[in-house]
Amino acid sequence: MQTALRTSLPETELAGRANFAPQARIAREERPVQTSGLPLSIRGLRKSFGDNEVLRGIDLHIPAGQFVAIVGKSGCGKSTLLRLIAGLETIDAGSISFGQDVQPEDIRVMFQEPRLLPWARVLDNVEVGLGRDHASSDAHARAEKALTEVGLADKRDQWPSVLSGGQKQRVALARALVSRPRVLALDEPLGALDALTRISMQRLLERVWRDQGFTAILVTHDVSEAVALADRVLVIEEGRIAHDVTVNAARPRERGSAELAGLEGSILSHLLSADDRT
Amino acid sequence: MSLIDSVSLPRSFRLPRVDGLIQWIVPLAIIAIWQVASVTGFVPTRVLPAPSDVVLAGWKLLLSGELVRNIWVSFLRASIGFLIGGGIGFAFGLANGLSQLSAKLTDSTLQMVRNVPHLALIPLVILWFGIDESAKLFLVALGVFFPIYLNTLHGIRTVDPQLIEMGRIYGMSDGELFRRVIFPGALPSIFVGIRFALGIMWLTLIVAETIAASSGLGYMAMQAREFMLIDVVVLSILIYALLGKLADSASRVLERLTLSWHPAFQKR
Ligand SMILES: Nc1ncnc2c1ncn2[C@@H]1O[C@H](COP(=O)(O)OP(=O)(O)OP(=O)(O)O)[C@@H](O)[C@H]1O
Ligand SMILES: [Mg+2]
Repeated sequence: MQTALRTSLPETELAGRANFAPQARIAREERPVQTSGLPLSIRGLRKSFGDNEVLRGIDLHIPAGQFVAIVGKSGCGKSTLLRLIAGLETIDAGSISFGQDVQPEDIRVMFQEPRLLPWARVLDNVEVGLGRDHASSDAHARAEKALTEVGLADKRDQWPSVLSGGQKQRVALARALVSRPRVLALDEPLGALDALTRISMQRLLERVWRDQGFTAILVTHDVSEAVALADRVLVIEEGRIAHDVTVNAARPRERGSAELAGLEGSILSHLLSADDRT
Repeated sequence: MSLIDSVSLPRSFRLPRVDGLIQWIVPLAIIAIWQVASVTGFVPTRVLPAPSDVVLAGWKLLLSGELVRNIWVSFLRASIGFLIGGGIGFAFGLANGLSQLSAKLTDSTLQMVRNVPHLALIPLVILWFGIDESAKLFLVALGVFFPIYLNTLHGIRTVDPQLIEMGRIYGMSDGELFRRVIFPGALPSIFVGIRFALGIMWLTLIVAETIAASSGLGYMAMQAREFMLIDVVVLSILIYALLGKLADSASRVLERLTLSWHPAFQKR
């Protein structure tokens, strides 16, 4: 709600947009190393499940701190690619590297389902995100800070079952962010939310990404979401990256602008023509 | 009754008091009708003694110390048998829920044994143990084993695999995963097993004590039958009912305390 209110003042934001956007980009690149994202290099990545060859050679470089969206028709292997990046599946061939040694806490994943522990209070659920650090003395403070970032500080002592779908997803986001990850992989995190909650979550996601500067990889079904949030949209077809579309629109972006609508249309036509061919 | 009529009291104040009392109306009415029926001779006391006679019999047995001794003996048998059978059932449930190997090794055997009604073993058990304490403990433990085993196993197997994956992603060790994800997830099902087992525990004990015992509530009832002390027989039956109700309430309280996160147990 807070984010929705904050960003629902188009006049002020539009007025300042031309000046703000470039500054925000510079500010992100100047961030100290420990909070910035990791670059990601994928070479010749292949993955099969039995006879089903899902990924047939993915080559991809994502610069540190970039926001990448991945789209493609259902079953094309988007989730598989994300799970491979997050280390949840084993690689058949090829490589994924982050340019340096990474800790488990550096890479976090968010799913369509919030996956909160129903028997743990909201704050305890966020502390789960600290991984091996969850028993440290500042665990509470860090978890509270992450909850505040997603605007749910007042829900810290609630059970997850009393939260709305959007609130649960925000708790899941706080849990993913509490360890200050350098790569955040998101698998349709907003897929189950209603249109309004979706938009406010998209704004929240964009805000924390700009604040923290992690590398974001978002799998989504929603092409307008992809062009609204990402620096770059990848279209996967037949196990490969078929299109790599750069979104240059300045941030904060104006939803429904001609620029974004044009991009959305061309990406959709890629997807549809692929659908026609099969 | 006057409470219900006093509409002027605020709702929030009135409801809890009525809720507490309302469940006692029917049992009290039954006892009152029973008393009247006995006193007027409508029900002959040879068939069913008056409630006042049952209370009197209970008072006498209480004074002689016999009642407390027999209740205590039955209570000990019930709880020790429950702990042994429940403990073993829980251990097997955990092992077979967590380890494929263990499940392959023992589950189908246990499922086969489950189909033997445990009370059918009474003649065999008497041959093995006589009317010793171990006979009763064995039967209670055996009866309690299966509901706890089956429900623990079921609880562990149905823990949301997405939560387990989440726990692994966030770096939980096996022990932590068990303590923070698997066990709490299995707990509602384990409680279902406990409630079932408590019912079976009393049933088994009653049967075992009436057939093969020299102390305990069931024995007290059988002795009374021989001497035609129908008031003591009815007393024993009522005490069994009371103990069963107490055990059930205790497990409900425990459930409420440990499952407070569960939507079904949340206060409005
Ligand atoms: N664990 C698995 N075992 C076997 N096959 C799998 C497994 N995971 C995914 N697949 C198969 O791999 C293919 C790609 O699945 P994936 O989940 O990556 O698709 P997706 O692009 O995320 O689809 P959606 O948009 O519907 O989520 C599908 O054909 C699916 O059946
Ligand atoms: Mg998917």
